[in-house]
Amino acid sequence: MMERNCTISISDPTLRDGNHAVGHQLDVEQIAAYCRAADAAGVSIVEVGHGNGLGASSLLVGEAKTPDSIALEVARKNLTKSKLGIHVIPGFATIERDLKPALGMGVDVVRVAAHCSEADICERHISFSRGQGVEVWGCLMMSHMISPVFLLEQARKMESYGAEGVVFMDSSGHFLPEDVRKRVELLVSELSIAVGFHAHNNLGLAIANSIAAAEAGATLLDGCARGFGAGAGNTQLEVLVAVLERLGYRTGIDLYKILDAGDLAEQILMQKIPSITSVSVVSGTAGVFSGFMRPVSRIAKEFDVDPRDLFFELGRCKIVAGQEDMILEVAKELALQAAKGGK
Amino acid sequence: MSRKAVVQPKNKLRIAIIGSGNIGTDLLIKILRSPSLECGAFIGRNLSSVGMVKALSLGVTVSADGINYIVQNPDCCELIFDATSAKSHLEHAPVFKKLNKRVIDLTPAKIGLMSVPSVNLEDSLAEFNVNMVTCGGQASIPVAYAIGQSQTDVDYIEVVSSIASRSAGPATRQNLDEYIKTTEEGLREFSGATRTKAILNLNPAEPCIDMQATIFAKVNNPNIPKLVEILEPLVENVRKYVPGYEIIFGPIVENDRIVVIARVRGLGDYLPAYAGNLDIINCAAIAMAEEYASLAHSKGSTGE
Repeated sequence: MMERNCTISISDPTLRDGNHAVGHQLDVEQIAAYCRAADAAGVSIVEVGHGNGLGASSLLVGEAKTPDSIALEVARKNLTKSKLGIHVIPGFATIERDLKPALGMGVDVVRVAAHCSEADICERHISFSRGQGVEVWGCLMMSHMISPVFLLEQARKMESYGAEGVVFMDSSGHFLPEDVRKRVELLVSELSIAVGFHAHNNLGLAIANSIAAAEAGATLLDGCARGFGAGAGNTQLEVLVAVLERLGYRTGIDLYKILDAGDLAEQILMQKIPSITSVSVVSGTAGVFSGFMRPVSRIAKEFDVDPRDLFFELGRCKIVAGQEDMILEVAKELALQAAKGGK
Repeated sequence: MSRKAVVQPKNKLRIAIIGSGNIGTDLLIKILRSPSLECGAFIGRNLSSVGMVKALSLGVTVSADGINYIVQNPDCCELIFDATSAKSHLEHAPVFKKLNKRVIDLTPAKIGLMSVPSVNLEDSLAEFNVNMVTCGGQASIPVAYAIGQSQTDVDYIEVVSSIASRSAGPATRQNLDEYIKTTEEGLREFSGATRTKAILNLNPAEPCIDMQATIFAKVNNPNIPKLVEILEPLVENVRKYVPGYEIIFGPIVENDRIVVIARVRGLGDYLPAYAGNLDIINCAAIAMAEEYASLAHSKGSTGE
């Protein structure tokens, strides 16, 4: 396996997924400084933007402090070797309003994302981006919600639209290494495009799951400085690089410099280092989108319900990313039930 | 055709439906039940499509010739429901205009006046081409309009619609951008908000989720009692043509934003009740057509 695949590209969404952890409040100075550090370390792709990607600043998910255009402009200026990436969810971002201007600012990599079973909403965004000559990946979010075979079917659609690779995302931090291995093996054997994996750390398995993906043939892994990302955070990038090095994979990343980037990120980006809180464990177990952590915590307080009950109920309702509004509805229902004295 | 003339009662407004997908087929079933409308032709492009087969089984005149059928048989209808795509409607509209046919456009092409019957029925009746905005627009604009009427300084309105994956056909999936643009324009026009945003989620959960639209607004000094006062009669008005429309949450102020959630359960005609997104735009279109019919009828009787 190692002969077949001994180089791993690293995509770093610290400045995108990390935005979930700070209510989408990253500013231009933070973006500039971290871009310089990641660029110096030799990260392949630096992803920048609102937590839900391009065009997602909203009352639903949270309004971004830094508009897309400014964030991309600053990132572009501060990246020399690393490619500039964006996350694009059709239904939030449109081609005319969001994607065209972003490509005009010099984006190198477009990752078009949909809920794992809905790949076909990505067709126009993928084919448009390919037509513009940038590198295009498809992303299947919340991928624990479907079987490996269903995931393959959706990944095939993305391949047919022109994606050069497909990343499946464990957006809830729900997978076990075996789940990841099975999916990567199937995708690698059946697709002719690259396969990548994006982990969350709710169950403490982000590194183990990412390594399982690499060993099964994935060639791109996502990692964030100090794990800075939604909920319990993502795969901790500095650790991932060190472990990959020990296993003999090449990432093109300088270990000391990525450690420096991690230190810088801790100093200037985050209010606190992501950790696996009790509620994160529930969120991961329930299989709910990690980005829900902040709104669930707030709304649970407002409605005087246990955030763990709220997460389990959201999981039971199979709420997907982008349905933050349902947190209010479900919290209200739980509060009503509690008021009636029974659960 | 002569068989139809015997069966159909007099004074019904003859309509044609172009577009034989989910929207068109559901419209057909509603029209066959209408006391004031009758279907002169159900037009698509493929006689073996599911919608066509359904129409044939209902004994309706069908054609696979697309718009050419109407050009060649202009007497088949006085009013046309266009349930094709935005792109096709842009091609169809000038032809319909030349033929002097009234058009209710269910695509996001937005050539004509945007029409939400509970809000601007009167204005719409004066137009020959009206656009039904979008499903999310029909569900949210009554609320957005009530916010615009009841609040001062409406800076921003945002609508998040969630629909069951099974209710979103290929055209919906291909046209998310047009959906967003048209819904945002509709929200702006009816609410007067400075900025608007529309977001659409598909949820694949089984059993299927009901269509919902959540309306968020940022306004200066929210006045919830006044909003409720204006919203309640509007909701009753919508319920006249979409009985399954209800406000299930709010209006409240949460996290410095007004929040209202509307749920739309459909009538379950062609697609199951969860597909309230299809139902509300179709019910709104039928409500418009029935108003035209009563207008045409009263004009017709005075003319004779």
